[in-house]
Amino acid sequence: MSGSMSTTPSVATEEIRIEKLANGMVVAVQAMPWLRTAAFTLCLRAGVNAESETDAGLASLTCEMVERGAGQYSSRDLVAIQDNLGMDRSSGVATSSISFGAAMPAESLEKALEIYADIVRRPHLPSDQFEDARMMALQELRGIEDEPTQRVMLRLRELQYGDRLGRSQHGTKESLAALSSDRVRDFYTKHYHSGGAILAVAGNVDSNEVMRWASEHFGDWKTGSAVPPAAPSGKSTYESIESPSSQTHIGFAFDAVPFGHDDYFKMRAAIGILSDGMSSRLFDRVREQRGLCYTVSAGTQSLENAGAVFGYAGTTPERAQQTLEVTLGEFARLTDDLTLAELDRWKVRIQSNLIMEQESSSSRASSIVSDYFQLGQVLSTSELESIIESLTLDEIAEYWSTHLPNHYRIVTLGPSPLDTSLFVQ
Amino acid sequence: MATFHTHTLPNGLRIAAEIDHRCYSAALGYFIRAGARDETDGESGLSHFLEHMMFKGTDSRSAADVNRELDELGGNSNAYTSEEQTVYYATVLPKFQDRLVELLTDMLTPKLDEHEFQTERKVILEEIAKYEDQPPFGAFERAMEIYFGPRGLGRRVLGTKESIESMEAPTMQNYFDRRYRPENIVVAASGNVDFDGLVEALEKQTKPWSDRHVPPLPSPDDTSSLPIGIEVEPTLEVEGLAQAYLIQMNRGPSMASEDRYASRILASILGDEGGSRLFWELIDTGRAETATVWPQEFADCGAWFTYLVCEKSDLALNKKLIQDIMTRTAEHGVTNEELEQAVNKATAACIMQSERPGNRLFSIGSRWLTQSKYVSTDEMLDNFRRLDQQRIAAAAAKYLAQQPTTEVIVSDGT
Repeated sequence: MSGSMSTTPSVATEEIRIEKLANGMVVAVQAMPWLRTAAFTLCLRAGVNAESETDAGLASLTCEMVERGAGQYSSRDLVAIQDNLGMDRSSGVATSSISFGAAMPAESLEKALEIYADIVRRPHLPSDQFEDARMMALQELRGIEDEPTQRVMLRLRELQYGDRLGRSQHGTKESLAALSSDRVRDFYTKHYHSGGAILAVAGNVDSNEVMRWASEHFGDWKTGSAVPPAAPSGKSTYESIESPSSQTHIGFAFDAVPFGHDDYFKMRAAIGILSDGMSSRLFDRVREQRGLCYTVSAGTQSLENAGAVFGYAGTTPERAQQTLEVTLGEFARLTDDLTLAELDRWKVRIQSNLIMEQESSSSRASSIVSDYFQLGQVLSTSELESIIESLTLDEIAEYWSTHLPNHYRIVTLGPSPLDTSLFVQ
Repeated sequence: MATFHTHTLPNGLRIAAEIDHRCYSAALGYFIRAGARDETDGESGLSHFLEHMMFKGTDSRSAADVNRELDELGGNSNAYTSEEQTVYYATVLPKFQDRLVELLTDMLTPKLDEHEFQTERKVILEEIAKYEDQPPFGAFERAMEIYFGPRGLGRRVLGTKESIESMEAPTMQNYFDRRYRPENIVVAASGNVDFDGLVEALEKQTKPWSDRHVPPLPSPDDTSSLPIGIEVEPTLEVEGLAQAYLIQMNRGPSMASEDRYASRILASILGDEGGSRLFWELIDTGRAETATVWPQEFADCGAWFTYLVCEKSDLALNKKLIQDIMTRTAEHGVTNEELEQAVNKATAACIMQSERPGNRLFSIGSRWLTQSKYVSTDEMLDNFRRLDQQRIAAAAAKYLAQQPTTEVIVSDGT
C-alpha cells in the first residue's frame, strides 16, 4: 500500500508521503524545504502493554539497554557520533509503544537513520551493564518519590485505566529487583520488530531519498505482531496520600473519547474552553477570580483503546476543599453559559499553533506519528484546520450535556484527606 | 537571511529586532531592568508580584479583558521575572503584530487595582508554597542567598511568605514608577516583523511614559540584620525525602566575559545529560539521579553551579567523585575529541533554536538590555567554532581549581 496526499495548502506547499514497507513498517515523510533541520520519530510496539504481568519496568529498561552499544558502536561511541551529528535526541516509553526521536541539521539525517537502525536492530544488550541500567531506573523511581505532582498523576493514571492498562512505565522497586539481563533480551527479541512500527520524518529532506534510506535500513527487518492493550478497568474512587507538604496536590480524571473517535474534537474543544489559555474557565475562575491556585489545568489523553481527561490543581491545605469543589464545578456547569467567543478564541489558538508548527521539524514528526498511530492516517495541517473550523457551539454543548463528566478518579497528596463524596460514586 | 535593526525613541526606550520574513511567526517582548537585585528589603518579591499585576487590568481594560485579548491573538504569551529583569512576551502570527504591540504596551501601565492586588497576593503565596514542595526545595535560593548575601543577586525572586503578606499597593506603585521608565526598557522582536510599523506604534503609544513621576528612593536596607523570612543555614531538612540534594556555587563568567563561550563548552563536556564526564561516572553507572554543572551569567558577574541528587548515604562519595573530576579537568584540561563533540552539539543547538523566533527573542532582548550588543546566530556559531583546547583549559583552571565557596544540602534530616 502506498499513496500520497496533497491538499490545498493554507500555509505552504504541503505533501505528506506515506508508504508501507513489505514487512509492515510505515514510513511517512513531510518535506519542509524552508527549514535547515530535519527530525525523525521512530515508534515501535514495545511499550508497557508488551510487558508480562510481573515485568513492570521492563519496557523502559530495554529502551535504556538498546542504547548501551549497537552495531559497530560502543555505548560511548554512540553518544559521540550522535553529538557530532548535532542530534538532539529523546526516547520515551508509552503504554502501547516506545519512541526514539531526534532533531538535527538536515544533512545529518541519513547517518542518523543508519545509527537508529543499529540501535533497534543490532543492540549489544551488554549483560555487564545491566546492573548499571537497573540502578539508573531505581534512581528515577526515588526521584519520583520526591515529586508530589508526579506521584499524584502516576497513581491517578493507575486508578483511571486500571492497574494493567494504567501501569507506570517506571515499574516498582520490587518489579525492578526481579528483572534480569535475560528478561531484557527476551523482551527485545519478542517486541522489537517492524510490525506496527512507524517512522516519521519531517524537515528539509527529499522524500525519495528518505524512502530509499528507510527501505535500506529497515526493509529487511523481521516482522511481528503487536500485543493488544489490556482492557480499561478503572473505577471511580478516591485515594489520599498523606504528606506534610506545603500544598495539597489534587489530581482528578474521568473517561473521555480518544483521538480517532468521531466526537473527539467536540470533547477536545470543550476541554480547551475549560483549560487552554489565560481566559479559559479554570484559569479565570479558579485562579484569577478567586486566587485559589497558582497551577490549575486539565488535558486530554488518548490511548489505543481508551481516552481520559486528566486535571491538576495545587493549593494550600486550608483551601483545598474549596478548590476541588470550584474546579470540578466548572466541569459540571460548562454548558450553562457557553459563548461563541470562547470557542472562537480556542480556534484561533489551535490554528496559530498549527501554522507555527511549520517552524519545527520535530513537532511535525511527532504529530505525524501520533496521527498515524491513533487514526491509521496522517492529517495534513489544512485538513485539521478545516475540522477545527467546522466545529459549532451547539455540537459541543450537545456532546457535553450527553457526556457529563462523572465517575471521577481523584487522588490528593497533602496533610489531610478531602471530602470527595460529591464526585466519587 | 535574518537582518538586525535597532532604534532608540526620543523618550529613551530602545528597540532591537532580528527580522526574517520567511518565518511563520513574530515574537515580541518587553524587557525591563527590574529584578530581585533592584529591590530593597521592604520591596522583596515586588518585581515578580508586579509582573503578575500587569495582567490585572489598565485604565481601559479589565483583568479579564487583558487575558481574553491575549488569547484572541492565539499564539503563546507569558512573562517571567529573574534577578535582573522582568520580561513580557508573546509569539503570534504576523497579522496580529499591531494588536499585540498595542495590548502589551497598554498592559505595561497597570491600574494596580486594590481588589485585584489582594486576590493576586494569594496566587503568589500559592506559587511560593508550590516551590516549597518541589525538588530541590528552595536550595537554589538558599545557595544564592549565602553566596551573594541575602540582598542584591541573592534576593529571592518570589520574595518570602512574610514579605508578600505585608506588601502594600502604594509600595508597588512607587517601585513601578522607579523601575518602569523608558530608559530601563527594551522592546525586542524576532521573526516576521514589520520594523517600521513597530517603531511607529511604540513611539506613539509610549510617549506618555517619559512623564512618569519620580518617586522618592526607598530607605536603604539595614544590612546588619537579615531581611524578614530569610535564613542562611546551609542545610535544609525536609521530612520524608527519598533522596538528598547538593548545590555548590563558585565564581563563574559574566554575560560580558571573554571566556563565557569556553565556559559553556566546558560545562557541556563536564555535565551534559546523556554523555559527559559526570554522566559517565555518576549517571550511567546508576550512582546518582542527577550530577551536572553549569555557569550562570549575570550582567556584571557570574556563578558556577554544581548540582547532585542521589541517595543520602551515597552523597559524600559522589561529592568526592565530582570533586576529583573537577580537579583533574582543572589540571589537565579536555581532549580534542571532547571539544569537537561539544562544539558540534552546541552549534547544532544554535541552528535548531534559530528556526523559531520565539526562542531567539530572549537572547536578543536580554543582551540588548544589559549590554546594547547583538550576537547573530552566525556569530555565535563562530564563537563556538573558534574555541581551542587552550581556551577550555584556561577556563577550567580559572573556574574549577578552587574549592566551592558555598554548599547547600537538603535531606530528610534523620
